[in-house]
Amino acid sequence: MQIPVEGFMYPNEVELQWSVLIVLYPFLTGLVAGAFILASLERVFRVDAVKPTYRLALLTALAFLIVAPLPLQLHLGHPERSFEMYLTPHSSSAMAMFGFVYLWYLLAVLVLEIWLDYRRDIVVMSQSTTGWRRLVYRALTLGSSNISERALQIDERAGWLITVIGIPSAFLLHGYVGFIFGSVKANPWWSSPLMPVVFLFSAMVSGIAIVMLLYMLMCRVRREPIDVRCVDTVAKYLFYTFIIDFSLEMLDLIHRIYEADESFRSLDFMVHTRLYLSQVVLQILLGTVAPIGLLALTQVIKLTDMQRQRTYVVAGCLTLIGIFAMRWNVVIGGQLFSKSFLGYTTYKMGFVAREGLLTAIILTILPFVILWVLVKLLPPWPERQAVAVTVAASAD
Amino acid sequence: MNITRRQLLILLPAAAIAWEHVLAGTPETSPNYNMTDHWWGMLMDITKCIGCGSCVRGCQMENQVPDGYFRTWVERYHVEDWALEYPKVDSPDGGKNGFPPPKEDSGKNFFVPKMCNQCADSPCTQVCPVGATFVSPDGVVLVDQKYCLGCRYCVQACPYGCRFINPRTETANKCTLCYHRITKGLTTACCEVCPTGARQLADLRNPKDPIHDFLKTHSVQVLKPHLATRAKVFYYGLDGSVR
Repeated sequence: MQIPVEGFMYPNEVELQWSVLIVLYPFLTGLVAGAFILASLERVFRVDAVKPTYRLALLTALAFLIVAPLPLQLHLGHPERSFEMYLTPHSSSAMAMFGFVYLWYLLAVLVLEIWLDYRRDIVVMSQSTTGWRRLVYRALTLGSSNISERALQIDERAGWLITVIGIPSAFLLHGYVGFIFGSVKANPWWSSPLMPVVFLFSAMVSGIAIVMLLYMLMCRVRREPIDVRCVDTVAKYLFYTFIIDFSLEMLDLIHRIYEADESFRSLDFMVHTRLYLSQVVLQILLGTVAPIGLLALTQVIKLTDMQRQRTYVVAGCLTLIGIFAMRWNVVIGGQLFSKSFLGYTTYKMGFVAREGLLTAIILTILPFVILWVLVKLLPPWPERQAVAVTVAASAD
Repeated sequence: MNITRRQLLILLPAAAIAWEHVLAGTPETSPNYNMTDHWWGMLMDITKCIGCGSCVRGCQMENQVPDGYFRTWVERYHVEDWALEYPKVDSPDGGKNGFPPPKEDSGKNFFVPKMCNQCADSPCTQVCPVGATFVSPDGVVLVDQKYCLGCRYCVQACPYGCRFINPRTETANKCTLCYHRITKGLTTACCEVCPTGARQLADLRNPKDPIHDFLKTHSVQVLKPHLATRAKVFYYGLDGSVR
């Protein structure tokens, strides 16, 4: 397949090394980190208004975290050797820490926090359900069926402590993904100390947006009223975080323009040509300025509940498009220009291929399927828990 | 120390696994070749390169480099007097079959052979998540083909575009400085076939190597010195327009 090239590329640069799957990886981990940080607002910072989203945020984080390493695994030339990163990690490599950061976050933070938070419900459901569900819940109790007042107090305290540890862990998880790119000195599009910080704030933005959208969607599916105070508060946090994220991205941009180093001419040309649609139109205008404008509108103009909710849905969807475009522009954009700064290549994405569009679509849908299973298994709705607990209590 | 049969059964496979990892990252050497006696690099004399492409062909034959990928290649620069910052560069099929006549009469034309710069502080080695890429004690950057994951981080990290993923092995590939030859006292395939002596293998730890006299009497340069990779491929006659 002939890849169109403009100007001069070093001959080995013509073919892109990191595909759409590597775009998905920071997008998915960003959703994880952002969702978790939203959950921590309630748990650690006692923002009671966002409580209805707490458990949903945790389950969302887990569903996306389970899928996050799959695009990496599919991308490797030798996926069967990936365990070597655990056995003989190379201490100077930023990527070598991936396995450890991932496992720490998955097992020591997220799974443990979810288990502690749901332990009471799991024990109750292991007694109130029948058939295979009973077996599943009994297994999930891990042999601990003590739900006395004192045991639950310990759970609460331990859960709080894990969330406190979880916040820097979430920062580490996504800041670290930014560092993988930001530390490549050979690539001026990536090489920036701001990269981990920008990744972190964009992660928070996307995570908050997806939990807000999922919450509203699930309320609609369940035909239950949306807690307007909750979505207002979540939207407010989304707005504030987005402003910080946008400011950081603009700081990076202005710095690059003002400094105008040897790579500037080449990168500037790329942004005005090959990346114009994905960077200027999708990421900046549609995916950042528009949602910030919409969210600002809800802060300054008095809108009805329904109008506000519709605005949040539009702003949330645009936010996700914008953050995905940002990941695309970082990963794909960083490979479109030559390190000689004399030419540009093209990204040809296959459809049915190991690293093709179909694989990317499946990997994007998969977390939602996992989330559906998790929600069925561990309902995040307070009222249903209450029903379950009441049923169990009456059964006892 | 008393070891029970049970402990021995556990220890033996563990030792076998550990030994595999000890061996990984050890380059193959020849008898009588002492790695610590050498520190390999190369000298490129741009004033002698005629852009014939023999080095590219020689390298591809010697190392079975797949078509479309290059362990070494030759670039032709065309620089107008007024445009040092904006050179026009071409390298049709890596310069493997030479170059067509230049289109412009004005300005200057010259050839620049490129290859892995065998950096002492190589960014590709730094980023490899499992240490499959390493710098051997004699200063050659090598890739353990049985250990590489094919994650491509090293390809991204190389500032000179010298690495690629071999489609046959799905692992990172690059110039090995013909390690299988130089450890037997031979020179590299590209140096062997260069008709003008534009490429010369250099052993910086051998006091008798002519490279020392050359370096004392000539001004040389490395590519992208601002990246501080401690490259060991030295260029004589390098123009400021070369990237």
